[in-house]
Amino acid sequence: MLIDFFLKLKSHRLPVSIKEYLVLLEGMSKGVISTSIDDFYYLSRTTLVKDEQNFDKFDRAFSEFWNGVETIPGIEAQIPLEWLLKQAELTLSAEEKKLIESLGGWDKLMETLKKRLEEQKGRHQGGSKWIGTAGTSPFGAYGFNPEGIRIGQSASRNRSAVKVWDQREYQNLDDSVELGTRNIKVALRRLRKFARDGSPEELDLDNTIQHTAKKAYLDIHMRPERHNAVKVLMLLDIGGSMDDHVKLAQELFSAAKTEFKHLEFYYFHNCLYDFVWKDNRRRHSERTRTFDLMHKYGHDYKLIFVGDATMSPYEILQPGGSVEYFNEEAGAMWMKRITDIYSKAVWLNPEPEEIWGYRQSVQIMKEIMNGRMFPTTVDGLERAMRLLAK
Amino acid sequence: MRFSGSSEYVATQDLMLAVNASITLQRPLLVKGEPGTGKTMLAVQVAKSLGVPLLEWHIKSTTKAQQGLYEYDAVSRLRDSQLGDPRVHEIRNYIVQGTLWQAFAAESPVVLLIDEVDKADIEFPNDLLRELDRMEFYVYETKELVKARQRPIVFITSNNEKELPDAFLRRCFFHYIRFPDKETMEKIVNVHYPTLKKTLLREALEAFFEVREVPGLKKKPSTSELLDWLKLLLAEDIPVEALRSKDKKTIVPPLHGALLKNEQDVHLFERLIFMSRQQR
Repeated sequence: MLIDFFLKLKSHRLPVSIKEYLVLLEGMSKGVISTSIDDFYYLSRTTLVKDEQNFDKFDRAFSEFWNGVETIPGIEAQIPLEWLLKQAELTLSAEEKKLIESLGGWDKLMETLKKRLEEQKGRHQGGSKWIGTAGTSPFGAYGFNPEGIRIGQSASRNRSAVKVWDQREYQNLDDSVELGTRNIKVALRRLRKFARDGSPEELDLDNTIQHTAKKAYLDIHMRPERHNAVKVLMLLDIGGSMDDHVKLAQELFSAAKTEFKHLEFYYFHNCLYDFVWKDNRRRHSERTRTFDLMHKYGHDYKLIFVGDATMSPYEILQPGGSVEYFNEEAGAMWMKRITDIYSKAVWLNPEPEEIWGYRQSVQIMKEIMNGRMFPTTVDGLERAMRLLAK
Repeated sequence: MRFSGSSEYVATQDLMLAVNASITLQRPLLVKGEPGTGKTMLAVQVAKSLGVPLLEWHIKSTTKAQQGLYEYDAVSRLRDSQLGDPRVHEIRNYIVQGTLWQAFAAESPVVLLIDEVDKADIEFPNDLLRELDRMEFYVYETKELVKARQRPIVFITSNNEKELPDAFLRRCFFHYIRFPDKETMEKIVNVHYPTLKKTLLREALEAFFEVREVPGLKKKPSTSELLDWLKLLLAEDIPVEALRSKDKKTIVPPLHGALLKNEQDVHLFERLIFMSRQQR
């Protein structure tokens, strides 16, 4: 019973288990719900889906199964509607919006898009109706139609690769990394060193027994509750080519924040130069000199860079190579200075390790870091943390 | 036993179903949602409407799973032994029952609330797997097995500060309390302030949802903030006209400090208002 439904959820990569499926059956046999499909939807969702992030996936699978609509291979609508709307709102000018009105407004357009998505069976390029690249259809990337909807074309144009949604490597990247907050935390734990300081709060049983025996009266000893005394300085690459990694870096960062006693973080762009900043919105008004940074935080801080190190080699090697302003000294100089101070330093690179070799700047940065560059996989993090904890 | 909302708590249909499923199938219900959407209140109201006692276990960052089961008070025993108290021979006297034990030992079914499970250490949920699944645990000091007489109705709330382990999630039902839409919101407000004027409520709700839509807010105002704000509006006797900002687009909602709790948010908000005033 309902095995097909269960398998359907599995095929949509929902993390459902047999146990949960059995619970669902149990619930139905115990008459928790009436015969209405709405109730069944709620019950199956509450038993099978344990994360609101998966609700969308579940909804898709559910509607597909109960409508009997087959999945369209390759494009099973990984584009949330709100996102599309937002993107389009941002990229369209007032006149273009008026044109959309002439086509029947947003809802109409989206309706048509939905229909097209269902009709379309494969990759498409050119032409005037189907969704694809370089066409005049209202849907797709790089179109000439003013009311066209850009699907998956990233805002940042300085990258050589174009993110269009028929090029699915980026999604695979997400899956193969499989680094949730939890995994990162497990890895970051390696960095913990339990140093005992602070106010005494915990009964030290061994010491108490020993001293009581010695003195022949009760002599209670307390000791401080253990806590993490690792100090970490994090420098995060923000903006530009980091855009598609920001989410991953944020996860890493949010995990790290609760894990250390002293954690300081600053942002930089592409490569480290004279300045870093704390608030990206106020990056030009509230900057911190890198020299001040190095003087403020002692050399016992452990330094973690997070960035994809993907840039033009000039940005590292040449004075004035920065894309943002004229830097008098080369980025490499600043990198050397900071790694000289912080002997425990690693660079975490969210890009998969296999493609590092194809990017010159990654190679240069790795050399500057003395090879201490690691991917943000569980394994890579473990290696990095082991090195930091040494 | 069935839960169908109460006079003080508006439950949507999916929430009622999740609660009833977890009562019938005797499995814990994990409740997530934006802060202020009534996660903790749910357990309180379920206990109230079912007429059973409520046991609360509030989790802090230092809470250990063991503390919910029992604690062995070694210090008292050591002191008693110094003073020659006869109680010292019975180890049972120094075992202090935790909330979970109390829930297991209760004569009649109880509602057990494990509040903000995500605040604890990352291994905390893992340490409770067997306890929540089979509703039993072992007391090593006295070598006895504590088993639940009736399985308590367990509610667990989480604010998503940490991800919970899969093994833990598989043993729970899950419900995500969505932010209520205008209709539900009206019901909720009616439950709390039945005497509120219809017009004032409509204007206030409109202003509230407008504030929620301001982009870039760090913390969007939630249901509980709306209720606080309404209370203030009532107390200050603000006239309906003061809220009617639609046509003028420039008026800062009165007492907006109750809605926005973050200094930066207030700042951003005021700046946006200022900008729109200039555009006029």
